[in-house]
Amino acid sequence: MSDAAAPATTSNPASTPAPALVVDDLKIIGIPSRAAIIEAIMLEVRPGEILGVVGESGSGKTTLGLALLNYCKQATQVDGGHIFVGDQELAGLSWRAVRRLRGQAVTYIPQSPASAINPALRIRTQLKECLSGTERTVMHRVRELLREVALPDDDDFLARYPHQLSGGQQQRIAIAMAFAARPALIVLDEPTTGLDVSTQAHVLETIREMCKTYSCAAVYISHDMAVVAELADRIAVMYSGRIVEMGDTAEVLAASQHPYTARLLLAVPDLEANRPMVGIPGHAPSPMARPTGCSFSPRCPLADDHCRSAVPPETETTPGHTVRCFKAGQQLPPVVTPPPLESWDSAKEPVLVIHGLQAGYGGAAVLENIDLSVQAGECVALLGESGSGKTTLARCIAGLHSGFTGELTLVGEPLARSSFKRTQEQRRRIQYIFQNPYESLNPRRTVRELILQVVHAVRGKVANSEAVVQEALAHASLRPDHADRYPDQLSGGERQRVAIARALATEPDVLICDEITSALDVSVQSSLVELLRGLQAEMGLTLVFITHNIALVRNIAQQVAVLEAGRIVEHGTVEQVFADPQHPYTVSLMESTPNFQLPDGLYTPTPPSEDPTG
Amino acid sequence: MSTTRPETVQDDNKPAKQPTLLRRALRTTTTKVGMVLTLIVLITAFAGPLLSPHSPTEFVGAPYASAGTSGVFGTDNLGRDVFSRFLHGGWTLMMLAIAATAIGVGLGALVGVVAAYVRGWVDEMLMRGGDVALAFPQIVLALLFLSIIGPKLWLLVLMVAVGHLPRTARVVRGAAVSVVERDFVKAAEAVGIARWRIVLGEIVPNITGTLAVEFGLRLTYSIGLVAGLSFLGLGQQPPAADWGLMINENRIALTVQPWAVALPVLAIAILTVGTNLVTDGLARASVGSDKGVEQ
Repeated sequence: MSDAAAPATTSNPASTPAPALVVDDLKIIGIPSRAAIIEAIMLEVRPGEILGVVGESGSGKTTLGLALLNYCKQATQVDGGHIFVGDQELAGLSWRAVRRLRGQAVTYIPQSPASAINPALRIRTQLKECLSGTERTVMHRVRELLREVALPDDDDFLARYPHQLSGGQQQRIAIAMAFAARPALIVLDEPTTGLDVSTQAHVLETIREMCKTYSCAAVYISHDMAVVAELADRIAVMYSGRIVEMGDTAEVLAASQHPYTARLLLAVPDLEANRPMVGIPGHAPSPMARPTGCSFSPRCPLADDHCRSAVPPETETTPGHTVRCFKAGQQLPPVVTPPPLESWDSAKEPVLVIHGLQAGYGGAAVLENIDLSVQAGECVALLGESGSGKTTLARCIAGLHSGFTGELTLVGEPLARSSFKRTQEQRRRIQYIFQNPYESLNPRRTVRELILQVVHAVRGKVANSEAVVQEALAHASLRPDHADRYPDQLSGGERQRVAIARALATEPDVLICDEITSALDVSVQSSLVELLRGLQAEMGLTLVFITHNIALVRNIAQQVAVLEAGRIVEHGTVEQVFADPQHPYTVSLMESTPNFQLPDGLYTPTPPSEDPTG
Repeated sequence: MSTTRPETVQDDNKPAKQPTLLRRALRTTTTKVGMVLTLIVLITAFAGPLLSPHSPTEFVGAPYASAGTSGVFGTDNLGRDVFSRFLHGGWTLMMLAIAATAIGVGLGALVGVVAAYVRGWVDEMLMRGGDVALAFPQIVLALLFLSIIGPKLWLLVLMVAVGHLPRTARVVRGAAVSVVERDFVKAAEAVGIARWRIVLGEIVPNITGTLAVEFGLRLTYSIGLVAGLSFLGLGQQPPAADWGLMINENRIALTVQPWAVALPVLAIAILTVGTNLVTDGLARASVGSDKGVEQ
C-alpha cells in the first residue's frame, strides 16, 4: 500500500494521497480513576493538510496531540484504538523506535517557545541537533531552513542564544527545528498563544507555507476559533474528550451543525463590534464528572431528556462533515443584543489624570511622557503589544511600581507613588485586577476570606460582612455557595469572577483590568466582557482596560490609547481611532488581527426594545 | 493550556476539598510504617513514667544483674532497674529535641521569609550571616558553648536550635521567594495590607509543605544531637534517667548486660528512622501540594 502511495504523492499531488495520520477509535484514560479523558477519536489527515483541533480547556485536545507523538502524560494511558503515522502503528513500539519516530516522522511545536528551546545552546547547535550527515550538508540545510522561516541565515545570527531573540523569532526557530527532518506529521499545540498579533500573523503564514512546501500533515491545536478558521483546511471541534463536529473549515463555519460549535463561533469577539460577544455559561466538565448522555447537554439551549440520557452517535450530514448531536442543524435561540455603549461625553469631570509620567526599571525607561485622563463612568482601553509598557502604566496607577516621575491625580488629589503611602480612601478608590487568576488569589483562603480581607483593608470593619460578600458575589454572577470554596475548586473563569467580586466589594471608583481575559478561554472571555459591560452600565464604574486584543477594545471601550514602546502613539474615541487610524502602528495592528466574520444566519441582531425571549 | 486540571462540576454542591498534607502523605506505605515506628517510641517515652515498675533511682539488685534475675531487663551499673530507667529516660530527650526543633525551625523560617520578602541588603546580610554560621559543624558549635558555660539544659536546647536556624532559613527563603513573586502578594500590597500581615497571612500559609518537611528533618537531627550531647555528659546529669546518659554509663559492661545499652540505642534508632520516613512521605506529598498554579 505504501509502495503505491509514495510515488503518487511525489508525482501527482492532486490525486488523493494516502493519509499521513490515521487515528482509529482512540481512547485514553486517567489512572487510577480509569475515567476516559478522550474517547472514540477518529481522524485522518492527509499530507499537506492542516487539521485544526478546537475546544475549551479540559476538552482533551492536548492529550490527543501528545498521543500522536506516542506520549502520554503522567497518570494517563492509552486504553484502546490505533494511531498510524504513515503506515507505522504507534502502539507497541520499542522506546528506541519511539525516539526515532519523534523528531523525524512526527514533530511537536509546543505553546511556549521559550521553554521548548534550550537556553544554554546557541541557535546553530540547537538546529544541528535535529539533523544528521556531514558538517557541510548539515550547515547547508540549517541555512536553508532559516531562510524558509524568514530569519537571517548569517553566522552572526547562528551564534546567538535563544534569549537574544524575540518571542516570534524563537517560535520560528522552533518551527524550523520541527521541519528540519522533513516529518510526515507535525503537531502544533497553541504555538501562537503567547505572541502578539503581528507576530502571530507572521508565524501562521510561516506554518502554512512550510506545510505546503514539505507536504506535511499538521494538527493545529487551539482554543481560538479565529486563528483556526484562518489557518486550517479542516476543523475538528472537541468537547469533553470527543470530537463533536468535524468537517472542512468553510463547511463547519458556514453550516455548523453542533450547538457547541455555534456557541464557540459566537464567543469570538467581532473586530468591527457589529455583534455582541456571547459567552458559553458554565465550563467543560472534568473527566471525572462528565454528565451522562451528551456531555454538552447541561450547557446546551436545545437539550432535552433524550440528550441527557443517550450519547449521540457520529452522523454524517454531508460528505466529510460529521457531527455528534441529536439536534444537529437546529437553529439556536437568538441572542439578546446588549444596549450599545454610551458614547463619550467630554464634558464630564475626569476621575483620573496622568500627566507627564515617565517610568522605568533600573536604568531602562519603559514609559515616556504619558498623558491620559479618564472620565467618570467611561472605559479607557490601553492597547499595545507585549513590551509596550501597558502593564507598567497600570501598576504605576495602582501604586505597585513606584519607580516613576510625573503627576498622578485622583479626583483632584495627587496620588503617592507607593500604595503603602496612599490613604486608605485612595486605595479603596482604585482597584486592580490581575491578568492571571491562577496567581492572584491566595490558594489558602476561601472566597469569603479573600473578599473580606480586601474589604477590611480598605473600608475597615464592616458591620454586615456576610451581606457585603453576598452582594459582591451576586455582582460578579457567582452563586452564594461559592463563598466557602477555595480557589483550587474553581475554574479559571470563576476565579477571575472572584477577583472581580473582590474588587467590587470595596466599591471602587476606578477598576484597572490588566489583560484579565488573556489567560482564559474565548468562551469565558466573552462572558467576562458581558459581565464588565453590564457592571459599567449598572454601577457607573470607570474602567481602565488593558489588552492586546483589538476586537476586545471595540467591544468594551469608549476611548482607546494605543501604546508603542512606552509612548501613546494614538489616542481618541474608539470609533474615531478605528474608523480612521492615523499612526502607522495602529494601522499595522489592525491589519494583522484576524478579522473573523461569522457566516450569515448564525447571528441575527434583535432590536433591544423587543421582548428578549421572542 | 491544561487538559487535565481537576475541575469541579458546576452543580456539585460538595466539591472535593483538598486533603491535608499529612493525609496525603499517609497514602504511602512508608509514611504509615514511619508513623507507627514514631508513635511506638513516643508512647513509650511519654506514657513510660506511668508504667514503670520501679523508681528510676531505686536500687533493686546487684549491679549488672542479667535480664530475668532482677527485673525484666536486669540492672545497670549501680543496680537500678534498667526497664524503669528506660521508661523514664525518653521523656526529657523528646522534650528537649522538640523544643530545640520548634525554636530553630520557627526562628529560621521567620528569618527566611523576611529575607525573601524584603530582599535587598537585609536579605544579603541575613543570608551571608547564615553562611558564616553554616561554616561551623553543628555539634562542634554546641560542644564549644556547652563546655565553656557548662551543661545546662536551656543552653543545650538553644545551641541545637541555633544550629538549625541558618539551615532552615536558607531552605525556607528558597521556597518563599517564588511565593513572594506571585500576584496575590501584590494584590495584598495594592490594598495596603500591613507587611507583617502579608508575611503571616499570604506567604507563610503557602509554604506549609516546606515547613512541615523541614520540621521533620530537623527533628530527626535534634534527636541525634541531644542524645549525642547527653552521651558526652553535656545534657542531663546523673542520677537522672536519660537514654543518652544510660548508653554512656553502661557501655563498659556491654557484654555482661547488653540491655542497658541496647534498649535506649534501639529506641533512638527506631525514632530516627520513623521520623525520617514520615518526613520523606511529607516531602513527597508536598511536591504535589501547591497545585494552585498551572501554566
